[in-house]
Amino acid sequence: MELSRLEEVRSKLEAGKRLERADGRWLLTEAPLVEIGALAQEVRFQRIPERRVTFVIDSNPNYTNVCITDCQFCAFYRKPGDPEAWTLTVEQVLEKVAFAAEKGATTVLLQGGHNPALPLDYYLDIVRETRRRFPQVTPHFFTASEIQTMAQVSGLAMPDVLRRLREAGQDTLPGGGAEVLSERVRKRIEPKKGGPKAWLDVHREAHRQGFKSTATMMYGHVEEPDDIVDHWEAVRDLQDEHHGFTAFVPWSFKPGNTLLEKWIKTYKGPSTYLRMLAASRLYLDNFDHVQASWFSEGKRAGQVALSWGADDFGGTLFEENVHAAADYVNKTTVDEIITLIRDAGYTPVQRTTEYEILREY
Amino acid sequence: MPTTTTAPARFRDKSLAPLWDKVRAGERLTREDGLTLFASDDLHGLGRMADHVKSARHGDRVFFVLNRYVNPTNVCVLSCAFCDFARKPGEEGAFENSIEDVLEMIKPGTREAHIVGGHHPEWPFEYFERMIAAVHAARPETQIKAFTAAEVDYWWRRWKIEPRESLTRLKAAGLHSMPGGGAEIFSKRLAKQLRYSGKADADRWLEIHGIAHGLGIHTNATMLYGHVETLEERVDHLLRLREQQDRSGGFLTFIPLAYQVGTTKLVPRQTPPTDDLRTIAISRLLLDNFPHIEAYWVMIGEETASLALHFGASDVNGTLEDEKIAHMAQAESPAGLAREQILRMIRDAGKTPVERDALYNVVKVWS
Repeated sequence: MELSRLEEVRSKLEAGKRLERADGRWLLTEAPLVEIGALAQEVRFQRIPERRVTFVIDSNPNYTNVCITDCQFCAFYRKPGDPEAWTLTVEQVLEKVAFAAEKGATTVLLQGGHNPALPLDYYLDIVRETRRRFPQVTPHFFTASEIQTMAQVSGLAMPDVLRRLREAGQDTLPGGGAEVLSERVRKRIEPKKGGPKAWLDVHREAHRQGFKSTATMMYGHVEEPDDIVDHWEAVRDLQDEHHGFTAFVPWSFKPGNTLLEKWIKTYKGPSTYLRMLAASRLYLDNFDHVQASWFSEGKRAGQVALSWGADDFGGTLFEENVHAAADYVNKTTVDEIITLIRDAGYTPVQRTTEYEILREY
Repeated sequence: MPTTTTAPARFRDKSLAPLWDKVRAGERLTREDGLTLFASDDLHGLGRMADHVKSARHGDRVFFVLNRYVNPTNVCVLSCAFCDFARKPGEEGAFENSIEDVLEMIKPGTREAHIVGGHHPEWPFEYFERMIAAVHAARPETQIKAFTAAEVDYWWRRWKIEPRESLTRLKAAGLHSMPGGGAEIFSKRLAKQLRYSGKADADRWLEIHGIAHGLGIHTNATMLYGHVETLEERVDHLLRLREQQDRSGGFLTFIPLAYQVGTTKLVPRQTPPTDDLRTIAISRLLLDNFPHIEAYWVMIGEETASLALHFGASDVNGTLEDEKIAHMAQAESPAGLAREQILRMIRDAGKTPVERDALYNVVKVWS
């Protein structure tokens, strides 16, 4: 029975038809894991025929942990005035960029809390100086909700903030802060961050202005399969407008030290992760890349994920503090990334932030 | 829209399709088939076939046991090239536990005690016999799974006690079953190269398991892979086990053991999870007369063990509490897991956890 349902999904895909909500729900709940992995690989190899898996040399520093949004899934933030709150100066941030650049990073993913004390020029200076001092580094800075914060503190409209960042030298945005793009879920776990529209509007405007960005999803907390389907529908529709997303990046919620830990003790395991990747590859027919995260799911699960629809292995993440705040730490080197990809049966290829090929190993 | 009720033969690797026909018809796979399976890079195809076999036998059930891992000693006369556990008498890190020490390790209520150790040159067989009797007397509720065929063989080499005699006496003292260790990989070439030729060879290891089965002692079987063996050697190992099972029928579980690099470093790094998954799947397919294939989380990690439940594994061993052989070889897994963690490993794969005893009697089905 399940296999006849699988054949239905397959013939839709072969006919170039879109999967619909009922297909999505089935993929997330009943579909046999090995079979949807095989199907996701077929689609992956249609999109990218070579056995290559890309990765980026990058670092994920943060400029502040001060935040007024109180998300229940976050172990990283501190309220303004908290003894453990900190904010870096522009020069301190650039030291972190310099550290990453010295280690060969071509991408720095910089993000932080929503700190109302920081003026727009603070952000613009970081972008400008990064471009000026480290031309080899792509400033992959500031998630959608930080852009919204900049609009609030500066009094500018959100599109104008994006324009100013673009003028300062920024071309890409990270996709964090999407969590699950469902009204119900966001109301429950991040009521002060706004509904899905808050995130989607920034990415739509960014794509319109020529930015590229990624779409992420953090699952494994209060969401139901329908919420995940809402999320897919939202990013797939937006991708139809401008094709501005480079990749889809799902990862599992880590409950350590968060408010949600009271209800959710553990994170979802590798079977759930593989299902999420394969199902996303099948549903998001207009995304070129799906990223496997050695970092958030473990290196061995990350290796297997390369056979479940993912074609990218993420980054080296020389610095990372957000998962670390939830007591989840995982480290690697460029050499190890190359070895992990090779051992999983693929050819490692270094890429840029925008998925251009830099070097085949 | 096509709506077939039988599984369509969609194999990325077309060479698997005829094997799928055999598997579905319940036909035995040949050595040639085994080599075809290991030559394939179609991980999903292997998983599909193995899961078909596993599900036909056990549905969505996956077994585990609340057990305690016990090593009386790591003193060993052998120098196997893959071992980080053994120590020479008096060497730093050598340990020798008394019977009281062993009793202390096994808490009341433990369902299964797994007792294995080095080839200690001074300890007489009677010491082990007394140990089993003492554990049995102090913990009658605990089933004792003890001593590999290699240890049983060593009592013959050292003290000239025939396996039939030692096993008969141990059974009388309270032994329930035997673990599957010490098989390493059945290969004369590797026994010489990796210096394990001083221990029970394939013929002897299988003979001792046959004797145990004849005495009504159920046993397990293992294979140490992921070092310098060839894929042919893996297939031949599995087929020797299958032949023995045809003859004596007492094997419960086959446990593929992924070599831990540790300080012995026969290869630069451990097998990738994809190799572990295919090895489990192919074991399920070739060992058609074994009730269970085990995903041993100690060696392959909890994540891969959980994924292996889609690749033919129907058992994850147990809680163990204090595993030593893999951990002295720097295994990254924890030395023991709580029952909650085992349940999660099984449930994340969408399977039903079944708590068992040493002989696979159902203790509790966890819904």
